[in-house]
Amino acid sequence: MRKRQFLDAVGPLLALAVLFAGWEAAVVLFGVSEIMLPKPSRIFVEILDRAPMLALHAASTVTIILSGFMMSVAVAIPLALAISFIPIVRRVVYPIVVFSQLIPKIAIAPLFIIWFGFGVLPKVLITFLISFFPILIQAIVGFTSIRPEPIRVARSMGAGAFDMFLRIRLPHALPNLFAGLKMSMAAAAIGAIVSEFIASSRGLGYLVLVANGEMNSPLAFAGMMLLSLIGIVLYFAVELIQRVATPWDIAQRRSTPN
Amino acid sequence: MDATAAVPSDAIVFDGLRKTYEALEGSIEALGPLSFGIKKGEFVSVLGPSGCGKSTLMLVAAGLDDATAGAVIIDGRPIKQAFTDLGIVFQDHALLEWRTILQNVMLHSDLRKIPAKELLPRAMDLLKKVGLEGFENRYPFELSGGMRQRAAICRALVHAPPFLFFDEPFGALDALTREQMRVDLEKLWLDRRQTVLFITHGIAEAVALSDRVVVMTSRPGRVERIIDIDLPRPRSSAVLASPEFVGYCATIKDIFSATGILKD
Repeated sequence: MRKRQFLDAVGPLLALAVLFAGWEAAVVLFGVSEIMLPKPSRIFVEILDRAPMLALHAASTVTIILSGFMMSVAVAIPLALAISFIPIVRRVVYPIVVFSQLIPKIAIAPLFIIWFGFGVLPKVLITFLISFFPILIQAIVGFTSIRPEPIRVARSMGAGAFDMFLRIRLPHALPNLFAGLKMSMAAAAIGAIVSEFIASSRGLGYLVLVANGEMNSPLAFAGMMLLSLIGIVLYFAVELIQRVATPWDIAQRRSTPN
Repeated sequence: MDATAAVPSDAIVFDGLRKTYEALEGSIEALGPLSFGIKKGEFVSVLGPSGCGKSTLMLVAAGLDDATAGAVIIDGRPIKQAFTDLGIVFQDHALLEWRTILQNVMLHSDLRKIPAKELLPRAMDLLKKVGLEGFENRYPFELSGGMRQRAAICRALVHAPPFLFFDEPFGALDALTREQMRVDLEKLWLDRRQTVLFITHGIAEAVALSDRVVVMTSRPGRVERIIDIDLPRPRSSAVLASPEFVGYCATIKDIFSATGILKD
């Protein structure tokens, strides 16, 4: 058991190290030019050299990701509750929401610039638009997938609507809610970069775009690497909260093979 | 008055109960009309083929489903909403997977607002009686099906309800576990003699546990016959090997054969 936990923690890091080593060796061995593919070591040097400037752009991107993500949560969860428990909302609003997902969001992003200008608002809105659907769908599944028996048991104990939600429906929905939060967090990272591609003078998305334009591949890669790192850190932050909030679910997943 | 009718002193009275479901091609008769009574402290099984509406019968009695016509009257009061003065066990253990075994048994404390201090000693005592000592802090998925169902029975008993409703509680268990659970359930019941409505499709199980067995017809389920089981308690293996026990089972089998539910 201990050995397995150790492997779980160190295994991915080891794999990443091997990947970087292979990348480094391949670039050197085949004499690939820096513009095509910089060595990982060159990228790390670039990150260190430009740390203050990169940090400034990263802060801007993280702000957009988190604002868009929180807006998604704030809109999707109440909407999921309404769709799950109010039949008229389920029939009228739900199809519209699903339909809205068929619109290519990246294509309408430029419109947001026309409507909302070049400030933070259009970027947060694009991020929100791209990230709110997973949490909405997972929340609806969580709130509606409960079997009738636990509900019946609670009713026969005289549970009121409030206790039924707080003690039965909400805990049942938590594993789905967290699955949705993680998917939404990953989507928010993409959304923020898309928004910075389209209209920005700041942020890692903007930086990567400019660096690419200048054929400054080390800087572009440095930006991408930081973006990946930010995505991973934010994703695992949600994962960490999930482990604290749903210990039964984590234990159950760990005990079943696959 | 015919033999199946209830008498006013009964703790539970099914009075002309009927249930139909609306389907695409008109309504489906699911249950009844049916009338019978259960006396206070009596263990009554409702025995019938699957689809005869016996689970619906229990849900209606518990106020968890509506009757189309007729009524269920418990202690003189017609059931109009969820009846809470009972313990209930389903075939599906219905434990909450996010609560430990003890937290599941103590669910009453949160929902009925009973102080945990009052409930805890009895919860621990019951868990010990059914052999779950040491498993209090385990989650349901860590236990076997039989152990989960034992925990569900503890949850149904812990607040000392006067009524117990079971819907095929041993239906998902293997034969050996079933046998042991039946013995343990009788022991627990003999402690307090609650009024029991026990839904099952097992002939031997019904005869072994019950004071009376209500034999149902196939859908729409009506009362075919009510059989008094006059066997000594506890129903030891000697009792279950007796010619009387075998005779009761044969009688019920004959009823099912005569009504075409069992075919040779």
